[in-house]
Amino acid sequence: MSFVTVRDLFQTYGNRPIIERVNVDVAEGEFISIVGASGCGKSTFLRLLLAQERPTRGEIRIDGAEPAREPGLDRGIVFQRYSVFPHMTVRDNIVAGESFRAGWGRFFGDAAKAARDRADQTLARIGLDHVADNYPATLSGGMQQRLAIAQALAAKPRVLLLDEPFGALDPGTRLSMHDFLQDLRAETGMTVFMVTHDLEEAFKLGDRVLVFDKPRWDPHDPSRYGATITYDFDARDGGIPFQTLKENIHVPEPH
Amino acid sequence: MRLINIKPGPALALFLVLLPFAAVLVAYAVGSDIRLTANPSDKLLPAPGTVGDTMMRLLTEGDRRTGRILFWYDTWASLQRLWLGIAISASVGLVFGLLIGLFPLMRSLLAQFVAVLSMIPPLALLPILFIVFGLGELSKVVLIVVGTLPFIIRDLSQRTYEIPQELLVKAQTLGASSWVIAIRVALPQVMPRLIQAVRLSLGPAWLFLIAAEAIAADLGLGYRIFLVRRYLAMDVILTYVIWITILAFAMDWLLRWASRRFYPWAEEGL
Ligand SMILES: Nc1ncnc2c1ncn2[C@@H]1O[C@H](COP(=O)(O)OP(=O)(O)OP(=O)(O)O)[C@@H](O)[C@H]1O
Ligand SMILES: [Mg+2]
Repeated sequence: MSFVTVRDLFQTYGNRPIIERVNVDVAEGEFISIVGASGCGKSTFLRLLLAQERPTRGEIRIDGAEPAREPGLDRGIVFQRYSVFPHMTVRDNIVAGESFRAGWGRFFGDAAKAARDRADQTLARIGLDHVADNYPATLSGGMQQRLAIAQALAAKPRVLLLDEPFGALDPGTRLSMHDFLQDLRAETGMTVFMVTHDLEEAFKLGDRVLVFDKPRWDPHDPSRYGATITYDFDARDGGIPFQTLKENIHVPEPH
Repeated sequence: MRLINIKPGPALALFLVLLPFAAVLVAYAVGSDIRLTANPSDKLLPAPGTVGDTMMRLLTEGDRRTGRILFWYDTWASLQRLWLGIAISASVGLVFGLLIGLFPLMRSLLAQFVAVLSMIPPLALLPILFIVFGLGELSKVVLIVVGTLPFIIRDLSQRTYEIPQELLVKAQTLGASSWVIAIRVALPQVMPRLIQAVRLSLGPAWLFLIAAEAIAADLGLGYRIFLVRRYLAMDVILTYVIWITILAFAMDWLLRWASRRFYPWAEEGL
């Protein structure tokens, strides 16, 4: 049963095609890694999934619902930068995950206290309780990304989108972030799309790895054609790359 | 060692800070001395001692007729006008800055309009203000508002517009409405910028205040300066000028302190 359904998706900026003919079905709870060359449109694909922009053609449905017209509660996002609110303390950033949907964007009285307690529990679990009252700018990159993921999860989205979330972290921090993410996923069973430039990371974390690339190439005008999904790997068995090729893929002709 | 790498120690830094002040004082004292030796009744550069005496007299002695110490009444009248004008500018500027910066519809509606308005020289409007609002307090406050509001709106709308798109998207994925984004994301993020904009507006605000007071008032720092100009009372003028400078500096310092105190997350260079 397809949970996220992408049909015949095109995105063009001006007259420059970025993404063309993307079709993909994702089951609920799947972890999708997305890899591809820089500038081939991975972030664009995430923005389309998020409904931050609308596609030129085609549509994306989540759980069969009408295509979304703007970002909303059902899809959470973690960017590489600027993912947490710099003017709020670490604790308030987590509380915001629940309180922003309220009329004034904050809780009052007992509700506020309860939300603070829940936030403190979350912070204790992700190892940020000792900096609960600090501002994000005082945190290391890894801590900020942990905070960003926890904040996104506090809103309980059905689909989590991650755009190179660990791109700026050192290898050690990266590994602990992998454990962190895998724990959270085992707990929530959420559908995840993660863009990364690290193949190892893509195969380790993902159930499937989608490769974005240009299937057609005009040597005189490289920007003439857009990218699409050229490979769709099954990456479930222990994260060892290159096992089973899924069916219905567009294998590119050799150049 | 390169000049850009030479940093003063604390003692030298303090000395360098005080040096220009001392230089101006000495230059004035010398100039005044030269003129007074040539002509003891010269009024242009009164001796520092004379200015000091006048200062004491102005600050402590009441008016012969009414017994009021005019210096403080002048100060109070001017500060009221200034604060009122700045407060109106800041609050209206904040609201419109957020509206224009956050909502594309508002941007289309108002951004160009404000850009054109900000080109009107406020002092050219002063006669109109006097005609429309009379010679009382209102026209002076309105002049300050007219003079500072367009800048504050433009600055704040620009700052609001520059809030990283990621943060606005993020707030939406947490279920925030436009209203919540405005008050919980945009408003706190531009508050330090508002303080900054007010600091930059204080200079023009004083200018417009003194201009308005010089033309039509019966109390106020600017009024007094232009009144005693007729008697060439340089000692009084200098006292008032120094006092205005101190007030302006104190306000600037207070605003900077408030920005650091209430918005510690905003690293401000200024
Ligand atoms: N709003 C926009 N208007 C015009 N062109 C855009 C816009 N956003 C992205 N692009 C262009 O679309 C192309 C794809 O950008 P995108 O950010 O999706 O690439 P990416 O695969 O995420 O790259 P990277 O790995 O470097 O993050 C780039 O060439 C970029 O210049
Ligand atoms: Mg990208």
